Amino acid sequence: MSQSYRIEGKGRIDRSKPIRFTWNGRSYQGYQGDTLASALLANGVRLVGRSFKYHRPRGIMTAGSEEPNAVVQLEEGARTEPNTRATMAELYDGLTANAQNCWPSVEFDVGALNAKLSRFFPAGFYYKTFMWPAALWEPLYEKIIRRAAGMGESPEEIDPDSYAQHFAHCDVLIAGGGPAGLSAALAAGRTGARVILADEGAEFGGSLLADTVEIAGKPAADWIAETVAELTAMPEVTLLPRTTVSAYYDHNFLTLTERVTDHMGPRADDSVPRQRFWKVRAKQTILAQGAIERPLLFADNDRPGVMLASAARTYINRYGVLPGREIVVFTGNDSAYPAALDAKAAGARVEIVDLRTDPKGPLVDHARAQGIEIHAGCGITGTRGTKALHGCDVAPLSEDGKSLADEPFSIGCDCIAVAGGWNPTVHLHSQARGKLSWDDTKQCFVPGYCQWPTRSAGAGNGTFDLAGCLDEGLKAGAAAAHEAGFGKGAAPEAPAVELSEEGPARQVWIVPSDVPLGHGKKHFHDHQNDVTAADIHLAAREGYVSVEHLKRYTTTGMGTDQGKTSNVNALAVMADIRNARIPEVGTTTFRPPYVPTTFGAIGGQNRRHLFLQERTTPMHAAHVANGAVFEDVGDWKRPWYFPRDGEDMHEAVQRECRQARETCGLLDASTLGKIDIQGPDAAWFLNMMYTNKWDTLAVGKGRYGVMLNEHGMVIDDGVTTRLAENHFHMTTTTGGAARVLGMLEEWLQTEWPERQVYCTSVTEQWAVCTITGPNAKALMADLTDDIDVDPANFPFLAYRTGTVAGAPARVYRISFTGDLAYEVNVPARHGLAVWTTILERGRKHGLVQYGTETMHVLRAEKGFIIVGQDTDGTVTPMDLGMNWIVSKKKDDFIGKRSHSRSDTAREGRKQLVGIMTEDPNVVLPEGAHLVNQPGKPPIAMEGHVTSSYMSPNVGRSIALGLIKGGRDRIGDTLHAPMMDGKTVHKVTLTEPVFFDKEGKRTNG
Amino acid sequence: MLTIKCPWCGEREQIEFTAGGEAHIARPENTAELSDEEWGAYIYTRTNPKGVHYERWVHSHGCGKWFNAVRHTVTDIFWDVYKIGEEKPAVPEDWDGATTRAQYQAATQKTAAPDGNEK
Ligand SMILES: [Zn+2]
Repeated sequence: MSQSYRIEGKGRIDRSKPIRFTWNGRSYQGYQGDTLASALLANGVRLVGRSFKYHRPRGIMTAGSEEPNAVVQLEEGARTEPNTRATMAELYDGLTANAQNCWPSVEFDVGALNAKLSRFFPAGFYYKTFMWPAALWEPLYEKIIRRAAGMGESPEEIDPDSYAQHFAHCDVLIAGGGPAGLSAALAAGRTGARVILADEGAEFGGSLLADTVEIAGKPAADWIAETVAELTAMPEVTLLPRTTVSAYYDHNFLTLTERVTDHMGPRADDSVPRQRFWKVRAKQTILAQGAIERPLLFADNDRPGVMLASAARTYINRYGVLPGREIVVFTGNDSAYPAALDAKAAGARVEIVDLRTDPKGPLVDHARAQGIEIHAGCGITGTRGTKALHGCDVAPLSEDGKSLADEPFSIGCDCIAVAGGWNPTVHLHSQARGKLSWDDTKQCFVPGYCQWPTRSAGAGNGTFDLAGCLDEGLKAGAAAAHEAGFGKGAAPEAPAVELSEEGPARQVWIVPSDVPLGHGKKHFHDHQNDVTAADIHLAAREGYVSVEHLKRYTTTGMGTDQGKTSNVNALAVMADIRNARIPEVGTTTFRPPYVPTTFGAIGGQNRRHLFLQERTTPMHAAHVANGAVFEDVGDWKRPWYFPRDGEDMHEAVQRECRQARETCGLLDASTLGKIDIQGPDAAWFLNMMYTNKWDTLAVGKGRYGVMLNEHGMVIDDGVTTRLAENHFHMTTTTGGAARVLGMLEEWLQTEWPERQVYCTSVTEQWAVCTITGPNAKALMADLTDDIDVDPANFPFLAYRTGTVAGAPARVYRISFTGDLAYEVNVPARHGLAVWTTILERGRKHGLVQYGTETMHVLRAEKGFIIVGQDTDGTVTPMDLGMNWIVSKKKDDFIGKRSHSRSDTAREGRKQLVGIMTEDPNVVLPEGAHLVNQPGKPPIAMEGHVTSSYMSPNVGRSIALGLIKGGRDRIGDTLHAPMMDGKTVHKVTLTEPVFFDKEGKRTNG
Repeated sequence: MLTIKCPWCGEREQIEFTAGGEAHIARPENTAELSDEEWGAYIYTRTNPKGVHYERWVHSHGCGKWFNAVRHTVTDIFWDVYKIGEEKPAVPEDWDGATTRAQYQAATQKTAAPDGNEK
């Protein structure tokens, strides 16, 4: 049955280019220009998937991006992509696709058992069915849901394709390249405006590609070709086929997904991205996305073979495929008649079931003239067939359309083409905060007011006739260009088209059946999520009448198709139940993206090494050569530890810690934030920013400072040195550097603009080598001739300039280890050479290079805090036991007033203490909570561990923590229950200093 | 994703900016003399209006300058931006935030035009 449904001589496919593809493991043939859906239909494949909940057999329902049923798993392995709409997947040689939602196969599906058990899967089944007993959730329910409700499988390998992001600006962005969009582009483009025209299809033309109409006396295809040719010749016009405008954000910012090579299939060549994600700022937009046909709600309307009438016509005219040989067209309006006529002309047996009691007009006359039988005033009351449709029941309806007026009769058919009216595609308009208004005549929502500069045109605006679409498009294009500053706003004259006169429509929202709703037959409105009209009734009975509740309770509109074919029908059912008008029920918010967008496209180039920038210090090459293991600190790559042959992290850190205290150690401290502060008001400014006094600091001396926010909480710390009367060098934490500079600038610019203070980040200008330990002095003496490094002459917190290891240097006597230490700052370009020289000369002094982990242990031994680890934004200097750093003499500094607020000044705040485990080998996990007495939860928490290490220099584990009223509880015993729920460690609160409590080692 | 006009650099994408909360909240000079309520009002209380909002922005990934802006919180449309230290611009009471300042002014001029043209 190779392509036995092809219609001779019809369609825009290229019969000279046959294409082989594989569906569910079987090989088929299609043609260039086919979609997977059209090729499957050409080969008579009707059953393409199983439904989400009941696993009912489903077929292709649409010919566009609104497809709810035919979502397939495209390709295999690393390139596999779930939820691909077969109606949008262009056929390429070797395409492989498989059905989703069925196990073990689409033909024989175990999950179809769900259909037999459907009374157990009512609306809200997630919330109800899996409630009892909760203990079964993980072992049972989750597995059932995963297997039964899986929406395809995500790839498990790294995506081998490349993607790109592209920023663009334009005067007029047009979404949709059908008759209205093409006209708009033409009118706007002729003014010289910068225009982007995007259409999700492979070809421009939209609905015209499936039409037999003539424009200006020529076939529509000629008009499309001429228009596209004229647009292509315009230098300021960008044409983007295969590009979906997927999101509309504030200030006319829109995102587009361009499928650059998807239609070619997997490619080894990645010089061109597979997809391109456009971020466009448009002065004006024109939304011309057309309209989506509404299915009719009738009993068992989900059989494979039931499709939209417009889709049937598209398959016939655009793809040259007959969707069935015996077609029943079920409609309440004239728009389905051309489909019936085209099907008849293509050789199908066609009957029309028309809800209208007396359909009339030229189209109806034409159909009758062609010998098509019209069952007027009738509705389809049921369908036959499981894996393929083979008939339907038809009965005359009562006057109100709510019941049958007579017994049903049967018609044999393998395709039902349904036409329930049209919904303008208002998604982008709604995303842009545009209002929707209900048009009673057209029975649909149309775009209303929008605050952004946008227009809707054509079917997307509720203008369904071709002449109107062309005219509206031209006018919108001219007007948008004019408002963007191009042209005079006058639209070109619209080309002539034959007027198509359509009679009035009859809308029957729920077509009755011979059995009551929900009894034995299902009226599906949401095919993808398997939601029926009866489910909406159930939701209403249970009180979920608001549209947002209805959506979540029934999951209507929540599939990957976002309810493009189902939402309005759902609203209509609810309106019927509530005896309200549809607009009174309201609509849910349309959310981006319009169609599923791949993460690859959104990520663009920003993956792998481009995912996040890396900052490295000037010494990085040496660290790599020396085998450092790196730690991410903000964007920085910092050496974490330097393992020697076979050492694990613990062994390496213990060795580094011991040696740094025994002989000497070297740390790359270049990442510390460094801010150069100058100006006559610099000292005054530091007085405001830090808690202690700075105007009294002598030139050439440094001071440790703690910085607060206005809430009085510690946000950063560091040593700042006075280089000259009006010149300071501030250091900050590594992670806080940018934030602190930002805060300094904020205060200076917004609060004290009259003050003369100038801040400059110099973090990257200086490479910093910290030399610490008993042998630091001797090593320094080996490195410099012009600085007297003797602590007697170069006191703690003093600053000297000179030459160190051959480089001009600023040396600060700062210590974060508590030992004698020198921070050697050299211009960044000398960093690597100086580091290497220090390592060489240090050899005879027993120098060890150490990383951030050892830095943490050494500082914790001394009880030095790390802001952000031992503090969390709720900690004052007093909580840290640092009352000494808070000046009582200053009238004001940032955060001072907050210290006397009741909560900040109260007793019992969490305070920094040392924590010693009873067992010296136990290293508490950081974050562990302490309680007074272990027992059954809930237990009152007394505080938590902030830092915890095994200290070789103390000879046991040590920890710091924030404990309620901790300063007054030194010596108390508390308990640390562990995550396993069993282990409890006994601990004692101590002073937060574990090593060299007298501070004798600072001067060597 | 807003477009924001930096008074120094011109219109730029929102990703270049950082929002700084309500504008024109001066730090009190006599902090020691303030009651807890007064100090609390300074650090915590904000007007949070539905409508016209005077707010601060910083062109953090651009020139680094702080500036003030008037934005309608319902529509996210800006009335104006102005430099630190410049007068707070008055916003007409009937501006509903649906139009830019230029559009609003063009419309009101039309209404006021002597030839009697309606807006
Ligand atoms: Zn700027």
